[in-house]
Amino acid sequence: MRESRLKLTAGFTTLLIISVMFIVPFVWLLRSSVMDLSQIFIMPPQWIPKPFHFENFKEAMTVVPFGAFFKNTLIIVAGVLIGTVVSSTIAAFGFSRIKWKGRDMVFAILMSAMMLPGAVTLIPSFLGWKELGFYDTFYPLILPSYFGGGIFNIFLLRQFYMSIPQDFDEAAVVDGATYFQIYWRILLPLSRSAVIVVALFTFLGSWNDFMGPLIYLKSDSRFTLALGLQMFQGSYNAQWDLLMAASTAVVLPCVLVFLIGQRFFLEGITLTGLKG
Amino acid sequence: MEMTAKDVTQAGARAGKKFSKREKKALFYGLLFTAPAVLGFLIFTLGPMIASLYLSLTDYNVFKDTTHFIGLDNYTKLFSGEDDLFYKSLGTTFYFVILRVPAVIIISFFLAILLNMNLKGRSLFRTIIYLPSIVPAVASSMIWLWLMNPDLGLLNTALEWLHLPTSSWLFGEGSVIPSVVLTTLWGIGGTVIIFLAGLSGVPKSYYEAIDVDGGGWYSKLRHITVPMLTPTIFFNTIMTIIGSFQVFSEAYILTQGGPNNKSLFFVFYLWRTAFRDTEMGYASALAWVLFVIIMIFTVFIFKTSKSWVHYEGER
Repeated sequence: MRESRLKLTAGFTTLLIISVMFIVPFVWLLRSSVMDLSQIFIMPPQWIPKPFHFENFKEAMTVVPFGAFFKNTLIIVAGVLIGTVVSSTIAAFGFSRIKWKGRDMVFAILMSAMMLPGAVTLIPSFLGWKELGFYDTFYPLILPSYFGGGIFNIFLLRQFYMSIPQDFDEAAVVDGATYFQIYWRILLPLSRSAVIVVALFTFLGSWNDFMGPLIYLKSDSRFTLALGLQMFQGSYNAQWDLLMAASTAVVLPCVLVFLIGQRFFLEGITLTGLKG
Repeated sequence: MEMTAKDVTQAGARAGKKFSKREKKALFYGLLFTAPAVLGFLIFTLGPMIASLYLSLTDYNVFKDTTHFIGLDNYTKLFSGEDDLFYKSLGTTFYFVILRVPAVIIISFFLAILLNMNLKGRSLFRTIIYLPSIVPAVASSMIWLWLMNPDLGLLNTALEWLHLPTSSWLFGEGSVIPSVVLTTLWGIGGTVIIFLAGLSGVPKSYYEAIDVDGGGWYSKLRHITVPMLTPTIFFNTIMTIIGSFQVFSEAYILTQGGPNNKSLFFVFYLWRTAFRDTEMGYASALAWVLFVIIMIFTVFIFKTSKSWVHYEGER
């Protein structure tokens, strides 16, 4: 399609302006994180700190045990990641590569759970975990991912599995392969990119989760980064320099993971077949 | 359609034996592979759902020894106006949804169109627009609290510099909800990417046909882009509505319901009732009200979708 020069220029300019607007909060975050308070309050604002106060990071880490929060977050994220990947690929296999009576109906019922607001299951789930003695542990945050790994992930993987020709399986069946061998030797290797997408979304979802840790964790020593950041804000609400340094430390891993896996992200959203 | 001999024998075999050996095996393994997911659904969705419905009919409170079945009393209390915070939080949330949903859909739609143009640096632009959506809500809320700080924040500094009136943003009774909407617009990237995926499915030849007819960009938008994207608009609208009704992290960190309960978002109010006031029976009733409201919206949009969503290959 030919697009006129004028139109391209107008489009480019608009995008440029909007992109600047999207970047400014990041710049503001970064520059505030390496300034001391007196620099922060200078008017008109400085964009490039002079000098850089990298010790903000060290100070933020000492007033609040962010190292421990980081470790807690990693344990939870790793647990959820393994559970989700194993569990959702197995379920998606059962919902796409094996033809059994009632399959699509069962899948439809599971899909309906996607519409249910989390608030409805929140209170009984909390009471249940508490009853089992798992309040203030990581289990309520990790264990559910081993049971299906979330219907959205199953849906995404199922879409992908269904696009792989059935001939592969049939050939394997002729050779006497079991369903598990087909899953392990054929489907998993073929769907590597889809699995990576699920892993990336899961990483971010778990890393960013706020409500879960807020409800299930009580002791400071078990807090996650998201929760720790919020606690930090409560006690140092005017210390914008330290607050921004702590925020940067929480944001950075996400941004890195995204930039590394970017190619898969965009693929993944197309994968869900939401083109209509 | 004619039945072949093979079909007939197969049908016969099926009638004779309920399941063939192969079908039995498939059923067994199908259930085995999906068992964790089905179990998860029963334990973490259906079970809690029923429990929540029951709780909503009781006066369950963690710190009280006895719990009574009180029928619909919780719901009567909600709707009778005895709890004025209920209507307040409902109003706040509706206002937020009405403001946010059109803003998200319209802005992300046009951003997607821009990002779909054959521009220099297109992939860089895409990255920049998408990036904020992966920032944890806690951190992005922190950044916005700082940007919107009435005295020292960047937004008011910029407004002053431009000699425009400043705002109290999250601290003003009138400006708090639009401000929260603004902060969430930063994370619009996911919706934009879904629109982009939709746009990539529109055949270029359709636009060329308009070129031949001498139509401009407006007729392309009106007669091709919008109609072809109605399924994506439909999907994004439903997802944005469901998400907007349930906003929590932002509510918790940005405002805690303030000022003067002007940003008492529904799920925040629910959380406060359940976990701070420990009125879990009453909070369960709140949860069911939210569920029903979201259901009504979703069903309504599904029903009207027949008249405005066009699927390819239909007709």
